[in-house]
Amino acid sequence: MNDMTPITTTLKDWETDQEVRWCPGCGDYAILKAVQRTLPMVGADPKNTVFVSGIGCSSRFPYYVESYGFHTIHGRAPAFATGIKLANPDLDVWLVTGDGDGMSIGGNHTMHILRRNLDCQIMLFNNEIYGLTKGQYSPTSRVGTSSPTSPIGSVDRPALPCAFALGAGARFVARGYDVSKDLPEVLIAAHKHKGAAFIEIFQNCIVYNKDRFDDFTQKAVAADNQIMLKHGEPLLFSKGTKGLSLDLETLSLKVVDVVDGDWQAAGVALHNVRNRGLAHMLVELPFGPFPMALGVIYDDPAPTFESAVVAERASLIAGKTADLGKLLAKGQTWTVEPEASHGLMD
Amino acid sequence: MATIIAEQDAGGTTQGSRLSGGTQHDGAPEAVVVRFAGDSGDGMQLTGGQFTLSTALAGNDLATFPDFPAEIRAPQGTLFGVSAFQINFGSSEITTAGDAPDVLVAMNPAALKTNVQALKPGGLVVIDTGEFNKRNLEKAKYETNPVEDGSLAKWDVLAFDISALTLEAVKPFGLGNKEALRCKNMWTLGLALWMFDRDRKPLVDWLNGKFAKNPVLAEANIAALNAGHAYGETAELSGPLRKLHIDPVPSEPGLYRTITGAEAVSLGLVAGAQLAELPMFFGGYPITPASAILHNLVKMKEFGVTTFQAEDEIAAICAAIGASYAGQLGVTSSSGPGIALKGEAMGLAIMTELPLVIVNSQRGGPSTGLPTKTEQSDLYQAVYGRNGDAALPVIAACSPADAFECAIEACRLATQYMTPVMLLTDGYIGNASEPWKVPDPATFAPFPKSFLEETNNPGGKVLPFKRDEKGVRPWIKPGTPGLMHRIGGIEKAIDTGNIDYAPDVHQAQTDARKDKVDGIANDIPAQDVCLGNPSGKLVVVGWGSTFGPIHQAVRRARRQGFDVSHVHVRHIWPLPANLGELLGSYEHVLVPEMNTGQFKTVLRDQYLIDARPLNKVSGQPFAIGEIEDAIASFFDGVPGHVEGEVAVNEQQLPSPEAHND
Repeated sequence: MNDMTPITTTLKDWETDQEVRWCPGCGDYAILKAVQRTLPMVGADPKNTVFVSGIGCSSRFPYYVESYGFHTIHGRAPAFATGIKLANPDLDVWLVTGDGDGMSIGGNHTMHILRRNLDCQIMLFNNEIYGLTKGQYSPTSRVGTSSPTSPIGSVDRPALPCAFALGAGARFVARGYDVSKDLPEVLIAAHKHKGAAFIEIFQNCIVYNKDRFDDFTQKAVAADNQIMLKHGEPLLFSKGTKGLSLDLETLSLKVVDVVDGDWQAAGVALHNVRNRGLAHMLVELPFGPFPMALGVIYDDPAPTFESAVVAERASLIAGKTADLGKLLAKGQTWTVEPEASHGLMD
Repeated sequence: MATIIAEQDAGGTTQGSRLSGGTQHDGAPEAVVVRFAGDSGDGMQLTGGQFTLSTALAGNDLATFPDFPAEIRAPQGTLFGVSAFQINFGSSEITTAGDAPDVLVAMNPAALKTNVQALKPGGLVVIDTGEFNKRNLEKAKYETNPVEDGSLAKWDVLAFDISALTLEAVKPFGLGNKEALRCKNMWTLGLALWMFDRDRKPLVDWLNGKFAKNPVLAEANIAALNAGHAYGETAELSGPLRKLHIDPVPSEPGLYRTITGAEAVSLGLVAGAQLAELPMFFGGYPITPASAILHNLVKMKEFGVTTFQAEDEIAAICAAIGASYAGQLGVTSSSGPGIALKGEAMGLAIMTELPLVIVNSQRGGPSTGLPTKTEQSDLYQAVYGRNGDAALPVIAACSPADAFECAIEACRLATQYMTPVMLLTDGYIGNASEPWKVPDPATFAPFPKSFLEETNNPGGKVLPFKRDEKGVRPWIKPGTPGLMHRIGGIEKAIDTGNIDYAPDVHQAQTDARKDKVDGIANDIPAQDVCLGNPSGKLVVVGWGSTFGPIHQAVRRARRQGFDVSHVHVRHIWPLPANLGELLGSYEHVLVPEMNTGQFKTVLRDQYLIDARPLNKVSGQPFAIGEIEDAIASFFDGVPGHVEGEVAVNEQQLPSPEAHND
């Protein structure tokens, strides 16, 4: 986010004249709409907004948003974004990446943009598959994922993007999914956060990994299998009949039954977005025994990279003037006089 | 090398010595080559650097060659841990670090072993006997003490216990033994300053500055310096130790300083960004020998410089491109292996047509290769080393001072043509220093770069890829109202830049990108002949840091009456428009390079001429004599080396003896 005066736009203002080229039914359409709905709500200004992406299906995103956009190279969007933001800290920078782009080839850059805390929004579209290259298993694919490169199922253990982000030092971590009505709310919180805001967005790849997230996104199971986190509110799901409580013996979360809405009696914990320990537990919850934690998991701002760079520069140059002639003649010099053949100390 | 002066200074060879060179009116040599060699912890580079400064202050022209191991602190006393610094200075123009030294200062047996064979017969070797103990002799693989066994008979030997003399000199300051011995290099420097009649004052000032926070260390070092100097002056030594005065070189009036290539590149980049009226963003990642540029720029932030130490080479260039996209002049710098990592991003900068300067301080390769030694083997990588038809301008600096102008030129081409530009230097240029006449910024021609502020397509959407008459697209900064657009690495439609990979579009855009870069040939100076005639029997064509030895070899050959000329190419890509015709006007073309013949191949390809190679990839620069031999082979009746591969040279740095065995 930035500190510019909010301006008034509509969803239409954020649509480009380009034909959207994702597969029909792709979750990316829903995410694009959610973003285009969010931008007017946060008062974003198209001229100061930059979408930066790497390579992959998700990375076509900038072409479809009527702002400035840079479709770069595979995995490196965080590095480009860093240069853009350092060159002009007033720009509102959004990164669009995927599980292959951001967790595999670009994992290193994802780590460093998070630890530096560059002020931007990082949307990682996680479809647990390489879509653009026709369906190979990805670093977030579950063990046993069949694909052209894993015909009897993948054997490597998947990475957890949100756990990775926290480990890298992220100060804002959230989760959502493509068709979730709550996605704009999560994006608004991410935009409001000053610093690197990491949002993992589960996205349905209709062609190569269809319905992978149905276990918690389908209407019939959503209430039981997802927990929408709200700061200051109890960790309840299943329409308030279940909750998450801290097991003091194991120092881990456990599922407890809530009778008659009395969550306090059941020992259900309150969500606190500034509790880093709780955030670590929430992102690591194994799905199945536990619901999928969605919404803002962690949000505790710290000084941003670009502000630190600006401040460092200011202190380095304090009292100095930019005199090129003086700079060139720095150090120990001597003068050769027109007549004399001997050098003299300056 | 201060300036390129053609034939007029034929007064003697600049590489001369007491044995082979010219002499001054008073019988002193016109030029002297001194090599300081010691353990990598002995401060030899520092000693050499300070001797360089005092030499420059005395008005001598000079060239230096620092040579140090890849290990930060190689095991003490070992052959591969030897660090050496060579300086050639004199009373006429100097363009090389000299071939064989006249004076060798050897701080331990390993330094003697690895360097003494290079010393000219009759040359002077100064030895610290305090280090010639059994353990050090064994480490240097000496079976008997060379100081005592007569094996140094063909040289003048001056052996005394510098360690003990230093300890004595710094005794009043109460330093520990280790700290006290650290002052040895200053003692040695004091002696060297006496030998060549140099002023100590600049060194005293420098020491006081360096140890401002620890005045005792400053005083101890100054005491050691003075003691070494006094030793030369008062010791009851006759024979080899005698004072030499080298007259100042007549040079153009003006203000001078010494400069290394890394400093020159840094200053040139700052000047270039100022001339383009742009802030500069420098993205770098630590790598030898390119890191010095980042170290320098960090201290120049008042000139609108932002520096960014990235997580890797790729992030360094990508951040620089991001900054260019946002309206600054993006710069990145590395050495061969790092440049390889940056290749894909260079392609993006070519595709999106954003300005970018990439500095490549070449080193020996492939892979990690020879991190601290010099080579010119990244020319193919610079000109061809990317996927797709991806031309970018390539400029090669030929000396530390030339690197300043080349860096400005790189900034000019990058911004005026919206293209990445690669500037080639090498480890030798980067680390070596030479006197530099400080230029007056008022004499630089500015090349301000402007941004598109209003649409270039009234009534329609902005056309980010609409080219001007030179094929250059407009630069549009995010933040500009009404000009929102998207760019990327996918092929794009003419003018609009929308994704379009139709066959005719890719053909047209590939041609447009190529034509734009080719057209730069009309915007760079015509190739000149820096020594000799515009036609004739033989032309020696060089590029980069081989300038010095080629120039001297051609000069000597011309004195012998050979019809040979020297052409040195700065613009490697595109080549100057007249180069083909110029080279065609000679009967033969010889191309000495510190690689296996890369520029030779480019010349053959571009002009269908029979360019002959002279190649050296030993990590050593060319010796003048090696090029002279190759030149002689083109003239009837003169026996000599033919073109082809040059053998490892025992007289040069890095010493062949220094290998890790």
